[in-house]
Amino acid sequence: MWEAAAWAIFFLPLASFVLIGLLIRPFLNHRSELAGYLTIAAIGGAFALSLWALKATTGHSNEIGYASHEWLTVGNLDIRVGILMNSLTAIMLVVVTGVSLAVQVYSQAYMKGDAGYARYYAYMSLFTASMLGLVLASSILQMFVFWELVGLSSYLLIGFWYHRPSAARAAIKAFLVTRLGDLGFLIAILYLFFHQGVFSNAGLNSLDIRDIYVVAGAGLLGTTALTWLAIGFFAGAIGKSAQFPLHVWLPDAMEGPTPVSALIHAATMVAAGVFLVARMFPVFEASESAMNLVAITGGITAVFAATMAMTSNDIKRVVAYSTISQLGYMMLALGIGAYTAAVFHLFNHAFFKALLFLGAGSVNHVAGTFDMRFMGGLRKVQPWTYGMFVVAALSLAGIFPLAGFWSKDEILAEAFHNGDFVSRLVFLLAMAAVFMTAFYIFRALFMTFHGEFRGGVESKAEAAALPDSELVLTSDEEEKIAEGGHAHMAESPLVMVLPMGVLAVLSVVSGFVANAPFKLLTIPKHWISEFLVAPLGHPETPEFIGWVAILSIGLALAGVGLAWAIYAAGKIAPERLTYRPLYQLTMRKYYMDDLYERFIVGQVFYRYSAGLLDWFDRVFVDGVSDNIGWFGRNIGRGIATMQNGQVQAYGGVFTVGAVIILLVYLIK
Amino acid sequence: MSPHDIYLLSPEISLAAVAFMVVLADMVNGPKNLVPGVAIVGLAIPLFFIVLLWGEVADWWSLLDPQIGEREGFSIPTLFGTLAVDRFALFFKFLFIGSVGLVLMSSYGYVERFSERRGEFHVLIMLSAVGMMLMAAGTELITLYVALELSTLPLVALAAFGGDRRSSEAGLKYLVLGAIASAVLLYGMTLTFGFTGSTNLEAIAVAVGNVADGTDVFGIPLLAVGIILMVAGFGFKIAAVPFQGWVPDVYEGSPLPVTAFLSVASKAAGFAVIIRVFFTAFESLEVDWALLFAGIAAVSMTIGNLVAIAQTNVKRLLAYSTIAHAGYMLVGLAAVASRTTDNVSIGSGTLLFYLGAYAVTNLAAFFAIMAIMERTRSELIESFAGMSQRAPWLALALSIALLSLTGIPPTVGFMAKLFVFGAAIKADLAWLVALGAVNSVISAYFYLRVIRVMYLAEPKDHERSPRVIPLDISVAVTAIAVIALGVWPKALLEIADRAVQQIF
Repeated sequence: MWEAAAWAIFFLPLASFVLIGLLIRPFLNHRSELAGYLTIAAIGGAFALSLWALKATTGHSNEIGYASHEWLTVGNLDIRVGILMNSLTAIMLVVVTGVSLAVQVYSQAYMKGDAGYARYYAYMSLFTASMLGLVLASSILQMFVFWELVGLSSYLLIGFWYHRPSAARAAIKAFLVTRLGDLGFLIAILYLFFHQGVFSNAGLNSLDIRDIYVVAGAGLLGTTALTWLAIGFFAGAIGKSAQFPLHVWLPDAMEGPTPVSALIHAATMVAAGVFLVARMFPVFEASESAMNLVAITGGITAVFAATMAMTSNDIKRVVAYSTISQLGYMMLALGIGAYTAAVFHLFNHAFFKALLFLGAGSVNHVAGTFDMRFMGGLRKVQPWTYGMFVVAALSLAGIFPLAGFWSKDEILAEAFHNGDFVSRLVFLLAMAAVFMTAFYIFRALFMTFHGEFRGGVESKAEAAALPDSELVLTSDEEEKIAEGGHAHMAESPLVMVLPMGVLAVLSVVSGFVANAPFKLLTIPKHWISEFLVAPLGHPETPEFIGWVAILSIGLALAGVGLAWAIYAAGKIAPERLTYRPLYQLTMRKYYMDDLYERFIVGQVFYRYSAGLLDWFDRVFVDGVSDNIGWFGRNIGRGIATMQNGQVQAYGGVFTVGAVIILLVYLIK
Repeated sequence: MSPHDIYLLSPEISLAAVAFMVVLADMVNGPKNLVPGVAIVGLAIPLFFIVLLWGEVADWWSLLDPQIGEREGFSIPTLFGTLAVDRFALFFKFLFIGSVGLVLMSSYGYVERFSERRGEFHVLIMLSAVGMMLMAAGTELITLYVALELSTLPLVALAAFGGDRRSSEAGLKYLVLGAIASAVLLYGMTLTFGFTGSTNLEAIAVAVGNVADGTDVFGIPLLAVGIILMVAGFGFKIAAVPFQGWVPDVYEGSPLPVTAFLSVASKAAGFAVIIRVFFTAFESLEVDWALLFAGIAAVSMTIGNLVAIAQTNVKRLLAYSTIAHAGYMLVGLAAVASRTTDNVSIGSGTLLFYLGAYAVTNLAAFFAIMAIMERTRSELIESFAGMSQRAPWLALALSIALLSLTGIPPTVGFMAKLFVFGAAIKADLAWLVALGAVNSVISAYFYLRVIRVMYLAEPKDHERSPRVIPLDISVAVTAIAVIALGVWPKALLEIADRAVQQIF
């Protein structure tokens, strides 16, 4: 494959962004549907090229070696840009462009009539382009640039409906929380600067990802250095992939349009964190403590997020927590060394998660709300959406033979097979998560599609209007009510159903076809396991442990059964099973939002640190500046004012500062 | 003074001459655009001489074609060794002329609204720039002091140019505190002279080297006092903590173009002097004062960013932001200062790159704010609500500038921070880099708040005001430069590397 074609995968969506921003939006906004067509064409093109890249990479012993290009030189540090095209890149490219394409097609109907239609597609193009740039990058600095661009464009998309205060808040929260993780990533890069000597002595470039593999593999850097490096990268991944304890931004990110959520959750933003760990896998592998950290963080996140999904009443939030939990799965897989299984799970997850979100969006078209307490019975209204939601739910729950089963089972089997303490621990956590996953997703399914329709947004508004109601309407729902707010009892249009159909088919077959236990027509046996070899690693042949598979399916079915008994058949009242304080704890998201926002940001930071310093500046130093209104008129009085002490105070700070510095030096 | 000296001083002389031409143009009853026209077109003359002189001290072609290889740059002393013409000085002179041009262009239409004395405004900015150019070139303490005063006094008048209460207050504050600072500076210079017996930087270096000979000169208290008082005096100019007290009030009170000029050119001039004085005269004490600068950098970054969080006025916000940025630049300075022979691997030009990047970025921010305030007439951040709908291009430009100040790729601010932090980590200042990185996360909070208000809030009114074309051009030029230099930093970095070659 020519290098230009590989670059085009990134440049096509970027060009679409530029064209929409500079041409369509300013001049052709009355024909904003052009923006949609242009984006779909560009991402379609990128998808085709990605398939070519996948094909080409398979034929090139899993890596096409493109030379990198000089970008600039700082001192004796060469900063280069280029493309790293290996099996991981190729798989990610296909997932990103494929899911993005489906989402863009679906969005045509979902965003129809929105005033920001062209703007939406411009942001979507930029978002996709940034993610593709991140995936293709051959230098860690190049990757970081796109990593930040992904964050920036997600900020724009989450806050897309900026007239909603909650959307604006969610956008800024997402940006700031992920930036906290990015700090780690940045420090890791600076740390590589620091160790540049090690690289240049070996004739390598400290920012080139392939050279980092070499250094990690050959043990040129000590284990401690590699551990710190890995922890830095992992901090970035924790932020982007919404792992505990930086998971707080993702559920709020639901404020963006639903297709955006689908893209963020399935293929772009959050997958970037897992991708980063996978990309830097040789660095992680070289450090046992880093691996354990990844595994345990992933395991905790998988269970922790699942508990919150079990009690949430908002269908999008259930799916959002599910994403966090599943990303935890991937992380724990990486942490125990199951590189192939983790990426394989990322691959499968992309399809069924995108489908779940698109399904939630489709349901919202009927009910006008995402609150499942006011849905119900929608399977009669939206039989197609229902059917596909069932497929996605089964796949997520990991029921044989759907896609989710294959990758989840590989992870479980490998965790069990490894046998060390950490692996055993995360094995138990993962098994617990299997049960919870099946429960919460079928709880959502039954609450949404089964039983009787509970009136949608109108009923919610009525219920919220009751005097002692704890319900609060979201701004989205308020808008629906303002528009008339009638339930719109119909299946979604074909443009929405069709991409869902494609994703549904993939959610069924992607697991089996990509990694079939026997040769399937032209696809070789265990294709993805053979193809997705970790850099510097050996192919992992998936170990099939019969009882693990049966146990996990059993647990999943038990979860489904429990959900059925409570929410579909009504045989068990949920109150009987819940312990009130615990329920409250999960409903309030373990009070972590309160801790971060109210306490750390609100009190420690804003109120005390910033407030105190500002107070010092204003009161102590600037005390009288507010009442010197007559100063300009009377210069003599002006000088008198200064004798009130304000300028002296500045001068005082100045002198005291100089004296302190002096003392520090003289005493030293 | 030989004709050759005149040639070597041609940028300063021609800029002063242009300033006098502006005075003349102001006196004749010419067309309305005569004064700004003469001023902006006239700036081409000193710019031309700067380019010409760069050719004298360096090989122009080596910049364009790396194959030729670089000729060792050199310094031409002039006026009995009180000034030097070298690439370092020329780099800064270019920066000053560029800022003057952009600031004058942006203030077209702005100045006449609050003052009839448009001519004086142009002249004062130009004369201040002459002082700054001499600061960058000065190699002798008394010359440096006079140049510093020449640059400061017009700024005092400019700060008070708004004519209202706040502006007069700003002017007077700047005057009084500037006087304290220059008294302190002068005292420091006196002590240094007393200790070394010379005001010439090279001669001071010899004296310091002879006496100290590698041992800890800070043990000799008088010189230490002298150096620290000089740091305090220059610290005022670059607005570093604890010498920053004047910044918020003066920035808030001054007319916006003056604030822009203060925050960019004046700060750069301060850094030019610091770099030259410390790397020429006190070279043998390097490690000692590296720690000093690291400490000032740490508090400047932290205090600047933390206090900025609480601001509601956009000018005060940017005032604290410039304090924080002085901190980041001092990180670069500390990095160069504590380098040893074997770790000079990240170019020493990173500090000058940062200054250039910061100049472009801050000018873009101020120009965009000026253009936005043409519409809002309010300095409160909340009045920027919904600017993305009222003036989408301006909102975009301001966002680009703010992202660059935060240090987010692909803007030049990111590259600048990366280089400076990279240099610092190579110089074993990991603690400072960690603090700087944390600070850049904190700063995201308040910079983003402005962007959020512009993009994610409903506009309060939809009044559109007529465009001011020259202002829009200066916004566009600087905002595009922020992105262009972020994607293609190579050229600026190479020029910066060459500019510091003889100094470091």
